[in-house]
Amino acid sequence: MKLDRRNAAGFLGLFSLPLAWSLILLILPYLIMISVGFWLRKYPTFVPDFQFANYVQIFSDPQYFNVILRTAKIAALVTITATLLGYPLAYLLAFTIRSPGLRNLLYLLVIVPLWVSYLLRAYTWKTILGTNGALNSLLQSLGVIDAPLDIFLYNQGSMVITLTYIFIPFMVMPIFSALENIPKNLIEASEDLGIGPFGTFLKVVLPLSLGGVLAGATVTFCLTFGDFVAPVLVGGPDGTMIANVLQNQFGAALNWPLGSALATLVLLMVMAVLWLSSKLDRNARVAL
Amino acid sequence: MNRLLWWQKGLVGFAVAVLAFLYLPIVVLVIFSFNDSKVTSFPLSGFTLHWYSQVLANSQMLTALGNSLYVAVFATLISVVVGVLAALALHRYDFPGKRLFQNVLILPLSLPGIVTGIAMLNFYKQIGIPQSLGAVIIGHATALMGIVVSQVLARLSRLNPRLLEASADLGVRPFATFWHVTLPSIRSAVIGSALLCFTLSFDEIPVTYFLTGRDVTLPIYIYSTLRRGITPEINAIGTMIVAASILIIILSVRLLRDRGQ
Repeated sequence: MKLDRRNAAGFLGLFSLPLAWSLILLILPYLIMISVGFWLRKYPTFVPDFQFANYVQIFSDPQYFNVILRTAKIAALVTITATLLGYPLAYLLAFTIRSPGLRNLLYLLVIVPLWVSYLLRAYTWKTILGTNGALNSLLQSLGVIDAPLDIFLYNQGSMVITLTYIFIPFMVMPIFSALENIPKNLIEASEDLGIGPFGTFLKVVLPLSLGGVLAGATVTFCLTFGDFVAPVLVGGPDGTMIANVLQNQFGAALNWPLGSALATLVLLMVMAVLWLSSKLDRNARVAL
Repeated sequence: MNRLLWWQKGLVGFAVAVLAFLYLPIVVLVIFSFNDSKVTSFPLSGFTLHWYSQVLANSQMLTALGNSLYVAVFATLISVVVGVLAALALHRYDFPGKRLFQNVLILPLSLPGIVTGIAMLNFYKQIGIPQSLGAVIIGHATALMGIVVSQVLARLSRLNPRLLEASADLGVRPFATFWHVTLPSIRSAVIGSALLCFTLSFDEIPVTYFLTGRDVTLPIYIYSTLRRGITPEINAIGTMIVAASILIIILSVRLLRDRGQ
């Protein structure tokens, strides 16, 4: 209902606590972080100021640019791999399986890993891929290799495997609901017109499911971009991501102003991706 | 099902492989928690419960587990109470900035946790709240509130508005209407989102990492142990957490199904 004088008391009763909570404990912290990004570091502490030295440092030192580029590359690789693995699974759930019971069970199997500790699932890849790990010892006892290989762990590949693994359910869920919402008579019409399953997929199903792919890809990219657990556990010397640099500014490097400026940049980049994604989604809807 | 075309068979094979990939680490975790060896390698060296008794004897780990439960319970309580209030207000009233408010509430869910953690660390530092479990509780409650708000709001929007009107017409006071009409119909959404908040808070790392002081939660304890090396104790406590998570999932599926009938 419209807010007016008569119901204002009820509204305030319900809304003042959530509003105050989110203004003070959510919005204010982001604003403070943004402003600390303009402060000056005077070792071992920092003083309020308004200057751009932190941003100048980030943009002039190529190491920051390289880390951001590498993080974006890994996030993009994870997003693409998770889409390629998740899409067929979502397709199978939506179209190939006819029994609702089996479909519900399989859908549950896809989302159960989401409820199981993220840290434990990431850590287990360390035990699988390590030099003394499950994979090496298995290959050795099968006689495939003579000595343990160290190529599996502590590189960008192990990071992509671990993160892809984590984010597959995030891809399957939105793609599945997009596929489920495609009117079945569209597919039947296409088949009646003599277009084979592949033609129907390319011309009908795929275009109508792109919204789901976009939603899953956005979440996967944004969350991978800021992940700091996987690089610490399974990443190697060439696997530093932006979150590790951030972590260091608040730890050993003790440079909160620089760290806050960098975090503000991550905030802006992620929000740009979210904005772009909602824009693309809206355009696609208009086009249909 | 038995008359699949060749490409459908391929699809089934592919999907089975992806599902196997999803469960491989969980299976490995459980197997090696019972394996009688310090290293996680094949061939298996025999069954043991040693790692479980190690967990029960590890007072640091048990303290961390207790801290995690304490944080998750209170963070969930706060996000449910404040989140349900917000959802009721958003459902019932139109006001300027409504969309913006909703988007802000779900922002911490789509932003990498590390950004939210750094923002809250800066804030607590400025107002003088020390890093502590209390700070972690407030941080988790704030970051997870969006889940409660969006799930309860989705349920409220499917609620028949006539029910509320009928209750009001019968002269039932607003609070009694909430208690007897609104609450029963959003019950499963509240329970479902509370269980999700609890699980996510219990497992949370990035925000906790920045806000916690000397008392650590279980994920932070495991995280710092892992950087020093792997011990099968972690497999044991991990298996216990997996078992608890699966119980919670079964519980929530059951509860939601009962409401559906």
